[in-house]
Amino acid sequence: MRTSSLRFAPLAIALLLALVACSPNDATESTTTPLAEGSDACNVENLTLMKAGTLTLGADQPAYPPWFEDNDPANGKGYEGAVAAAVATEMGFESSQVTWVAVPFNKSFAPGRKDFDAYITQVSITPKRAEVVDFSAAYYNAAQALVTLKKSPFADATTVTELADAKLGAQIGSTSLTTIDEQIQPTQAASVYDSNNDAKSALQNGQIDGIVVDLPTAFYMTAVQIPDATIAGQFPPTSGEPEQFGMVLEKGSPLLPCLDQAITSLTSDGTLAELEQQWLADETNVPVFS
Amino acid sequence: MTTPQAQLDPEAFSGSRRSRLLSFAGKGRHSGRRGAVVATLSTIIVFSVLAAIVLTSPGWPKVQAAFFDWTAAKDSFPTVLRAFWINIQMFLIAEVLILILALVVAVVRGLKGPVFFPLRAMAIIYTDLFRGVPLILVIYVLGFGMPALDLQGLPISPFFWGIVSLTLVYTAYVAEVYRAGIESVHPSQMAAARSLGLSRWQGLRFVVLPQAVRRVIPPLLNDFIGLQKDTALVAVLGVVETVRAAGIYAADTFNYTSYVVAAALFLLLTIPMARFTDHLIERGRRRRMAGGGR
Repeated sequence: MRTSSLRFAPLAIALLLALVACSPNDATESTTTPLAEGSDACNVENLTLMKAGTLTLGADQPAYPPWFEDNDPANGKGYEGAVAAAVATEMGFESSQVTWVAVPFNKSFAPGRKDFDAYITQVSITPKRAEVVDFSAAYYNAAQALVTLKKSPFADATTVTELADAKLGAQIGSTSLTTIDEQIQPTQAASVYDSNNDAKSALQNGQIDGIVVDLPTAFYMTAVQIPDATIAGQFPPTSGEPEQFGMVLEKGSPLLPCLDQAITSLTSDGTLAELEQQWLADETNVPVFS
Repeated sequence: MTTPQAQLDPEAFSGSRRSRLLSFAGKGRHSGRRGAVVATLSTIIVFSVLAAIVLTSPGWPKVQAAFFDWTAAKDSFPTVLRAFWINIQMFLIAEVLILILALVVAVVRGLKGPVFFPLRAMAIIYTDLFRGVPLILVIYVLGFGMPALDLQGLPISPFFWGIVSLTLVYTAYVAEVYRAGIESVHPSQMAAARSLGLSRWQGLRFVVLPQAVRRVIPPLLNDFIGLQKDTALVAVLGVVETVRAAGIYAADTFNYTSYVVAAALFLLLTIPMARFTDHLIERGRRRRMAGGGR
């Protein structure tokens, strides 16, 4: 035994050396230089991008309506698809200079270099998340809503307290789950699904009484996916602040000021409001839970 | 007639219980000292070099903040631990069912005679099917599909269908393990049993199975380690078990430390099980080497 363990010592050392040799080359950290004021810094050729001259956008797959259409973020359809296209144009990119990559939500906040310049898939801006990534200026104010089957006893609820005994479901990673836990505080723990599609199956199976989703998705669900379901109501924003969707960027991304500039100008010239009209259903007549 | 297996199976009352869980120094009793020193030294060197590579890498601070954040670990621990109880319930129930059902499938598959052909065929089709289909698909199809049938009396609980799926898939694996054990028992054992006047069934029950089952305990535990981890897949039905609870925390805070907490909980369960399996394998090996282990 003893001899054999010593015999393998050189081999072990060789292995170790090989390991050391393949240790990562000290990649130069992308230094974030603060933007010089002035329009030049945001010219396409001056932007620090993942791939020079190309805006790489990330979205989850599948990409659901009404945020995207036909599972193709690049077609500029659906609210987020249209916003992304408008932002890219505003920043000065030709449509041929925009590429899309599929990025699962869970990977969008992974440490290290990102494989996108900006990620857009209904990500809510929260202070805790903002410690890890950068968020763009908000492009949408989201309200959370409750979808139930029409025959459900909870379909007629008007107050949050009436929902206490409901078995509710939501998609993982959504702030809908926070709404359940903090606003409703139901007696039964919420079910948490990989996608709203799975939550939809559970609702139709009677495994849950209701799904909490953002209002536009609730409209899409009740209009297209589950005709025998209805929107019981929407939730008032917690602590008075509306929930907002923003694009996710790498922490310290040099692109952020230019992206924000584009979103801000699209907000102030009414483009975003127009796109909202075009792609998202009219949300004014949904009762708010008291 | 009282205890036939005691006469036929000399391994039944083996006395040696001594075990060495981790033998750092190899097998020889005399080379222990020197071997331990070499083992310790080489272990220290290997792990220091690996640690140095990881800790000096340019991205390490980011990785540390994302995966090994002490505050996040403490923060997520209570919810993840509470969810772990769901996994424990699932695999405890599934394991009992699997042990019984798999034995039935294995015995059915081993039935001799043309009369039993339909049963044998069913057992073969069952094992082929459920070993071949990814567990997550079985969970999806049963968990969302069966309740959609809208049949009176059929449970709709995702917890229930999760356990059913785990049981179906792992029974297929374990049945094959049992079968291997049964076939490893030399035919002379059955012949001896028959010559003593035992029926075929009695021979199976009192002679073959006791030997077969004892031989397959290590691979069986191995499958159970797999099962314990796979309980996490039931999360796709909305059950908030360990990995899902960790995922919720991660999505909420954009910090993956909760996943590491979940991994640690699974390790706490599977490592003792793995060591116990090693111990059983080692004991079996020593018995055979000693020619019967008396």
